[in-house]
Amino acid sequence: MTNSVSIYDKKKRPGDMALLIVIYICAFLAVLLLVGIIGYVVYRGISVVDWQFISTAQSALNETFGILPNIINTLYIIVITLLIATPVGIGSAIYLTEYSKGGRLVRLIEFTTETLSGIPSIIFGLFGMVFFGTVLRLGFSILCGALTLTIMILPIITRTTQEALKTVPESYRTGALGIGATKWYMIRTIILPSAMPGIVTGVILSIGRIVGESAALLFTAGSAFLMPNNWLTHPMTSGGTLTIQMYLSMTKAQYDNAFGIALVLIIIVLGINLLTKLLSRKLDVSRKS
Amino acid sequence: MTEQVGKEQVKIHVEHLNLFYGSNHALKDVNMDILENKITAFIGPSGCGKSTFLKTLNRMNDLVPNVSIDGTVELDGENIFSPRVDTTLLRKKIGMVFQQPNPFPMSVYDNIAYGPRIHGIRSKVKLDEIVEKSLRSAAIFDEVKDRMKKSALGLSGGQQQRLCIARALAVEPEVLLMDEPTSALDPISTLKIEELMEGLKKDYTVAIVTHNMQQATRIADYTAFFLVGEMVEFGTTEQIFSMPGDKRTEDYITGRFG
Amino acid sequence: MEAPSKTKKQFSIIGSHKTKSVVEVTANIIFIVCAFVAIIAVLAITVYMIYSGAPALFKVGILDILFGTTWAPTAEDPSFGILYIILTSIVGTALAILIGVPIALMTAIFLSEIANTKLAAIVRPAVELLAGIPSVVYGLLGILMVNPVIYKLEKFIFKDDPNHQFTGGANLLSAVLVLAIMILPTVINISETSLRSVPQDYRNSSLALGASKIQTIFKVTVPAAKSGIITGIVLGIGRALGEAMAIVLVCGNSINFPLPFNSVRTLTTAIVSEMGYAGGLHREVLFTIGLVLFAFIMVINILLSTVLKKGGKKDDK
Repeated sequence: MTNSVSIYDKKKRPGDMALLIVIYICAFLAVLLLVGIIGYVVYRGISVVDWQFISTAQSALNETFGILPNIINTLYIIVITLLIATPVGIGSAIYLTEYSKGGRLVRLIEFTTETLSGIPSIIFGLFGMVFFGTVLRLGFSILCGALTLTIMILPIITRTTQEALKTVPESYRTGALGIGATKWYMIRTIILPSAMPGIVTGVILSIGRIVGESAALLFTAGSAFLMPNNWLTHPMTSGGTLTIQMYLSMTKAQYDNAFGIALVLIIIVLGINLLTKLLSRKLDVSRKS
Repeated sequence: MTEQVGKEQVKIHVEHLNLFYGSNHALKDVNMDILENKITAFIGPSGCGKSTFLKTLNRMNDLVPNVSIDGTVELDGENIFSPRVDTTLLRKKIGMVFQQPNPFPMSVYDNIAYGPRIHGIRSKVKLDEIVEKSLRSAAIFDEVKDRMKKSALGLSGGQQQRLCIARALAVEPEVLLMDEPTSALDPISTLKIEELMEGLKKDYTVAIVTHNMQQATRIADYTAFFLVGEMVEFGTTEQIFSMPGDKRTEDYITGRFG
Repeated sequence: MEAPSKTKKQFSIIGSHKTKSVVEVTANIIFIVCAFVAIIAVLAITVYMIYSGAPALFKVGILDILFGTTWAPTAEDPSFGILYIILTSIVGTALAILIGVPIALMTAIFLSEIANTKLAAIVRPAVELLAGIPSVVYGLLGILMVNPVIYKLEKFIFKDDPNHQFTGGANLLSAVLVLAIMILPTVINISETSLRSVPQDYRNSSLALGASKIQTIFKVTVPAAKSGIITGIVLGIGRALGEAMAIVLVCGNSINFPLPFNSVRTLTTAIVSEMGYAGGLHREVLFTIGLVLFAFIMVINILLSTVLKKGGKKDDK
């Protein structure tokens, strides 16, 4: 037993070393990709984006290009989509975490929610076109696009809310119920407020998804780029979002305009990412204290 | 070297060992000789540093961030903190069994064969031989021989822990460190493992952390008492429990604190 | 609040139960309805996809559509064979997975097992941001960054081949590269999460047996995180199969057998590029293509939920 090797006999492991190098290269490839993408978009887009670019509509007459209508359309779609999807998503999450007692129905709901999040946006686009567009006669309209996206982002809101609800300590529930609060009262006054930062994070994530979405909107919301005539009826008209306008510019090989929009989109995405970071940090702090 | 207890061979020699977690002084000037083919128990209240000390002996503390160590620990005269040391070889020589039974999520066979395979044994015949021998040494062969290919997670807690001992033995270590190996087990499984340890000391040097003083008196040849990072007293188990030299040791073993 | 009887000093527990129940039951019903929206949505999508996609299958003939290789929807005697389109989606996705998954897995290993907090703080946000970049932006960069490079490669490889139809870089290979990049965040995130959830004990016992860090990672940690990693890969497959806007202008979009340097059309890009002007039977066949894609995705989803169930069971022991 004692005549064995010394612990000083370092083993050489060339295989380990090679793998480690591969791991480092792969990890930094992700960073490199991101830097490359953002760098190139900024480089090509920065000269395109100016005040006129974001504050006017495109005009064939003046031969100028602007994306204000697309920004407005995007905002319309965000607001309408969230107005519908947020309450439904939260309601669904409340049912799943607070009311249901497991069983087949819950598994079905969770499976379908999971399924929804796996369906590609192009399928949502086709469905929205047929159902909201043709059956409900909304045609190509912002409302049609928003309703389509509602189904698409529902899983995001449901899931993040569920996660947030799960982190609310069980003692809050027993504490509230123990002093005679009814279930809904307990949810409204104790559970939802403590889950709020998580819910807000879900909503912000959804905004990111909506801003970046294109395939589901191409055949539902259309691609018009006119300033709204009537702010109230505008949702009933066709309207292209930033991504749709960007796609149109690409098909016409107007790459400068496309890069301008890409830059705007990336700034929005970065902002949203930063916002969720700040929120989750705040959430962590309030949990710890 | 410092004092040699009796004429037995010193396996691990510890001298002026200090360990810090950040600014927390977790081990204070520990000196000890762990003797070959004996069972040495480390006792003391929780947080006294006994587990930390154990984990220092095979450098598992290296994995903790912000840890800094000074002093010497020698295994057969070789300093384990030397930059020349290959920790994988060190840990092959000094095996470890953890508090929670933690078999890998693989078959019983693959759990045992894991270590030998890591150390380059590929031959099926050789592996079969090692697996059977290790399982027999850990007194669990008969219980698992018909389910070698089934997941080790299906075994009971006591069986899992003996499996983990077998897994540690399969790499043919010279020292076996055990970190409260029975604290998560029922009394019958505990008894089985204690019996097993008696047999193990023929071939191995064993160091065990235990919070159970009866266990120390039942199995250990030598006992060290730790208190807030300090090794208060070290001697034969009989001496520590029958005539402790330090007031604090006496207080602890008579149940006045801890 | 709900129960006025609470203000009295003495109240019957039966009475208060009755008053509260109106609000309670209403709330309960509203939540159930919300929860049902997901079920209804999936049901409605399924029904409408079949309703709009199935008729053409019978009008043209199932075999003629699914196994035909000629796509001439606007010809005098139109034919609607989508075999190459289906094959392109399958081959394209498979290649993207083949390229993307090893990179993603290594990056996940880096984040969970190797990087210290500082390095992880550089790589992790980068991965998150990659996930947030809109598909069209990937598409734009595909056209202007990937296509030119692949075109150079194409010119080099086929310079002496008079039969090769040059694609200008808009071919399967370019699309595969874009897709491989796009699936990275999905696979990285899910793999990292499942690697992290592997108990520290496994790593410690492996190290304590004298395994090196790399051996521990590949022999214990990764196998223990297997079900999570598979989930990530399957989700990546879904993502690659369903992506449209990033590759529609990158893949060339003519219908060919899926070879790396052929201009090709996938299920998704077929829909995007023709839905705008298609009418009649042509339009119906585009919905059939949508139905085929939907069927693929549903199979993946069902596969996924069985994988997850199995994984869940194993974790419970």
